[in-house]
Amino acid sequence: MSKKRLDSKSIEYRKEILKIIESARRGHIGSALSIVEILRVLYEDILKIDPKNPKWDARDRFILSKGHGCLSLYVVLAEKGFFPKDKLATFCEFDSILGGHPDAGKVPGVEASTGSLGHGLPIGAGIALSAKIDKKDFRTFVLMGDGECNEGSVWETALFAAKYKLSNLTAIIDYNKMQCFGNTCEVLELEPFAEKWKSFGFEVHEVDGHDVLALRKELSAVPFKKNKPSMLICHTLKGKGIKKLESNADWHHKAKVSDEEMRELYGDLEDQV
Amino acid sequence: MRKTCLNEIHRLAKNDERILFFGSDIGAGTLSNFQAEMPERFFMEGVSEAAIIGVMAGLAMNGKIPYMNTVGVFLTRRVYEQVLLDAGMHKQKIRLIGSGGGLVYAPLGATHLAFDDIAIMRAIPNMTIIAPCDAEEMKRLMPLTVDHEGPIYIRLGKGGDPIVSSPDKPFKIGKAIEIRSGSDALLLTTGITLKIAIDAANILDKQGISCQILHVHTLKPIDSNAILAALNGKKIAVSIEEHTLIGGLGSATSKVIATSGSGVKLSMIGIPDVFPDKYGSQKEQMDYFGISPEKVVEAVIKNIKV
Repeated sequence: MSKKRLDSKSIEYRKEILKIIESARRGHIGSALSIVEILRVLYEDILKIDPKNPKWDARDRFILSKGHGCLSLYVVLAEKGFFPKDKLATFCEFDSILGGHPDAGKVPGVEASTGSLGHGLPIGAGIALSAKIDKKDFRTFVLMGDGECNEGSVWETALFAAKYKLSNLTAIIDYNKMQCFGNTCEVLELEPFAEKWKSFGFEVHEVDGHDVLALRKELSAVPFKKNKPSMLICHTLKGKGIKKLESNADWHHKAKVSDEEMRELYGDLEDQV
Repeated sequence: MRKTCLNEIHRLAKNDERILFFGSDIGAGTLSNFQAEMPERFFMEGVSEAAIIGVMAGLAMNGKIPYMNTVGVFLTRRVYEQVLLDAGMHKQKIRLIGSGGGLVYAPLGATHLAFDDIAIMRAIPNMTIIAPCDAEEMKRLMPLTVDHEGPIYIRLGKGGDPIVSSPDKPFKIGKAIEIRSGSDALLLTTGITLKIAIDAANILDKQGISCQILHVHTLKPIDSNAILAALNGKKIAVSIEEHTLIGGLGSATSKVIATSGSGVKLSMIGIPDVFPDKYGSQKEQMDYFGISPEKVVEAVIKNIKV
């Protein structure tokens, strides 16, 4: 998919992710790199939030349902000032607030603890429904993985969201077409993916998930249709921005990353500049 | 018991806008008056329990108090991870009301028998588990559930269960109730097994054996102090539950006994580690597994006479 070159900000975010990997020597690296631009646009341009008051009642809610992509979330939250940047280097340490999956009880700005897949959309639908009942204006965004859509709870909730016309709910999918074992089309085919979501009652748009301008345009336009939940399928590349990791299932999750591998990763990222 | 419970939800909801009612695909006409009066707070969402639990947790995160009723097994083992993570880990005030606790759905077979619900719900941190003994106790419990912190699982009996509780004994979540005092044996009950204990104690009384009965309606947090105090001076304790012997009232009591060093012998009456393989009625299956006054009497006498 995306041939788009990354701009300096996107490269900077990826450098921060690599720095975390260098400290912890582990993480869901490929899964984090495919959502950098989605999170960047959400937090820079879309979400109404106040990092100094993370529980602000009127805030927009965002749930990273694919919790394993948290390296990107942590970098973006730190950049926005939800917590000090020096916390990033503590990733996965015993006493860290930043674990291998995000914990709402520990990390300011995290709405729901995720990690096990298929939980974010139901929780997000409940939050969206509460806003509707209380006639509140805030919006709820849920970012899911494509492999996550293997889970039945995702589709149960799709039925629910359509029934209650949750137009204040936007689901986003990081469609990098790979899951832990390999290609989604081989593990458990999702296609025709957009058609499925349409038939479940969502108004579906598709976008290049690494194109910042296009993402901004789409996410500014939600709800895509009155009285329907919105779905933005983002076509992305697993490991985007670091050649060694791109579309490479071996780097979905990695532990014991060596010094030599770290040099390679930094080198690959430099080549993007 | 179920009718009282649902009527209480209706009554409480009239005065508290935070209260919502959820069902999956339960009996036609359930709470139709609630639905008619407050349609915007009545949700019947089909056989999609996993989604419903997550949705309720999301609602609770924003101040709502959702109550859900469906068959007990579908609120526990079917959606275990949703309950554990979405409600337990997030400490959300959702209320799960499981119909047919234990062997109630005997004719329907093992798929519908909640013989393990207490065990698996006990393993969820922040969870409160309550098994009332009758409709009157249910009535005293329900108002207390509104503002109680964290998720609650309420186990329902068959319905029409004989009234054995008394308004003279105040109900408090987490506090076991002494139903009668006694000096020789301690009978521990939860849910509808209180009736069995009372019948057994009456038989034993005629034989000159005095039984104390402690009704442990709240299985989590368990009232260790009350159990420990009641064990004092007893020759035998008998736990009686309509539940597998793994992880229920007997297990919880054995922990209290073992860790306190009280040394009182415990006889555990309940369902052994098998899938119930009979149909018939609840009563027939209870008898089949020895959950009966006669077996309680037998256990007490055997141990008192040693």
